[in-house]
Amino acid sequence: MKENQNLDDMEIVFQKTEALTELNFHYCPGCGHGVAHRLLMEVVEEMGITEDTIGVAPVGCSVFAYQYMNIDMQEAAHGRATAVATGIKRVLPDKYVFTYQGDGDLAAIGTAETIHTVNRGENILIMFINNAIYGMTGGQMAPTTLEGMVTSTCPYGRDVKHVGSPLKMSDLVAQLGGACYVTRHIVHTPNGVRKLKKAIKNAFEYQKQKLGTSLIEVVTNCPSGWKLTPRETIDFIEEKMLPIYPLGDLKVPTNISKN
Amino acid sequence: MKENMEKEIRLMKGNEALAEAAIRAGMDAYFGYPITPQSEILEYLEEQSPKRNCVVLQTESELASINMIYGAAGAGARVMTSSSSPGISLMQEGISYIAAAELPCLLVNVVRGGPGLGTIQPSQGDYFQAVKGGGHGDYRLIVLAPATVQEMVDFVFEGFRLAEKYRNPALILADGALGQMMEKVELPAEGSLPKVVPAWATTGKTKDRERNVITTLHIQPEEMEAMNLRLEKKYAEMQCEVRYEEINTSDAEIILVAFGLSARISQKACDLAREKGIKAGIIRPMTLFPYPSNILAELAEKIDAFLVVEMNAGQMVEDVRLAVNGKVPVHFKGRKGGMIPTPEEILVEIEKIVIPKQVLQD
Ligand SMILES: Cc1ncc(C[n+]2csc(CCOP(=O)(O)OP(=O)(O)O)c2C)c(N)n1
Ligand code: SF4
Repeated sequence: MKENQNLDDMEIVFQKTEALTELNFHYCPGCGHGVAHRLLMEVVEEMGITEDTIGVAPVGCSVFAYQYMNIDMQEAAHGRATAVATGIKRVLPDKYVFTYQGDGDLAAIGTAETIHTVNRGENILIMFINNAIYGMTGGQMAPTTLEGMVTSTCPYGRDVKHVGSPLKMSDLVAQLGGACYVTRHIVHTPNGVRKLKKAIKNAFEYQKQKLGTSLIEVVTNCPSGWKLTPRETIDFIEEKMLPIYPLGDLKVPTNISKN
Repeated sequence: MKENMEKEIRLMKGNEALAEAAIRAGMDAYFGYPITPQSEILEYLEEQSPKRNCVVLQTESELASINMIYGAAGAGARVMTSSSSPGISLMQEGISYIAAAELPCLLVNVVRGGPGLGTIQPSQGDYFQAVKGGGHGDYRLIVLAPATVQEMVDFVFEGFRLAEKYRNPALILADGALGQMMEKVELPAEGSLPKVVPAWATTGKTKDRERNVITTLHIQPEEMEAMNLRLEKKYAEMQCEVRYEEINTSDAEIILVAFGLSARISQKACDLAREKGIKAGIIRPMTLFPYPSNILAELAEKIDAFLVVEMNAGQMVEDVRLAVNGKVPVHFKGRKGGMIPTPEEILVEIEKIVIPKQVLQD
């Protein structure tokens, strides 16, 4: 690049959303959390709802989500994010409320809260980051860990006879009366990113119309926990994760009002 | 349609009086799970909520309740939950988080006998849990101990006021008998407790302020210690809120120390003792944290002995011994497991302590 090239003459094709703070993400290289954060907050900004949105961060690698998301945030105890979100939404019913949770947080220790929050049809968005492992605590088995997959607490591979099968939380909650929108996405392909962004937008739209709970599962990676390079994790997602956690809508609302 | 209630006098059950008081105190939301002997609180509030402009939600567990309290309190609402012993145990992680996040809220424990599933009969066995922290880490609750149905009402107002003043959870430590008994109560007018949405609440970040974050994570030990020191300072400042009732202490040779229901029974025992010529008095702590240690230390200079009466195996007695610091003997009489002491059996204890001394003097 020439030194004197005038930046003002250049067209801006991408800018970091102001709904994210200036802080650099602490996530490992190649980790899906960063992309999911960005897409969520881009939608919040594009919809013009930053002043009306309150987020709930989990305990997990994304515990510091509140440092990156430039909106009012609460940090919940491990697994309790949807209960915290319920408390917020019940007293501020006209605000947008979301939780951002890992699979350990949402599908292990917080299973009861997840199911009952969705069953009540709380008008919130649950962002469910499924990386099939406990990232934060160093790569232990999660309820979503695949059969035969090696983690630090199933060093011989997940034995379903011993610890059960991968828990398909989205399929489970899609059965509940309060579920409005349940859908599964990825963040490792451009097309996946576009679709996820659209899904997040839909979810906030449904929340505005008070149609019930939206849950968006993001099937993603944990290079550090999986002990694979970021490139290798993409193959693992495609070849191993997606057959068990297939992409697409598990439930869509039937009573959307067009305005 | 919201009804605004004027001040009035009613005959009410303790649990229902407390629930009515909470609405009158401007409670925005209640989250609770049924458990005897306090389910009337949830039942009463569910019945009232459509006409009283208050969010009431039956939750899937006490774990959910306490975390909904965290969320709603963080969003600036005046919130309460109630339970009885096993349910309060289940809430402890959340209570620790709420204390750490410095969120005001009111907790109610209508105590029953334990440990374990225990009994549904009244007890004071959760004193340690209430005043020493209960959950993990260094924190304290403001603890109020009612002895009458009237105080079940008054301490709701006081609990919300103190919780908001100090940004700290407050706990009403009642028992199954107080929850179930009926007494005449004066209910304050609705709206008599002022309310402001706090500046730190997560109500949506408007352009005119920095974003608000409710968190309890301080990963750097230096930051965490600074936080601990700040909490410690706050707890020290709370000392000015100490409240106790003092009956017949000026000429007393023996003083009974008891809270809640035990204090009412001890009062009767003191009357019986006075009829027998024994100069007995009472200190009834109304705040269990902060604790009225100073008055106990002062009285220790003047009297011969203390007798602590509790419906447990001896919990508050440790705080009395700390305050008295070995100056005079501190005796203990306790009934456990949901049993309530009678005035007569307390009198027997008083006589065991006082009569031998008179015999010696004769
Ligand atoms: C009550 C409690 N138990 C355990 C932990 C330890 N812990 C922190 S994060 C975590 C697992 C997080 O995994 P996940 O939700 O999948 O998120 P990830 O880190 O993979 O993004 C555990 C077990 C805790 N903080 N609190
Ligand atoms: S440990 Fe895994 S989930 Fe956590 S930041 Fe690193 S790659 Fe992401």
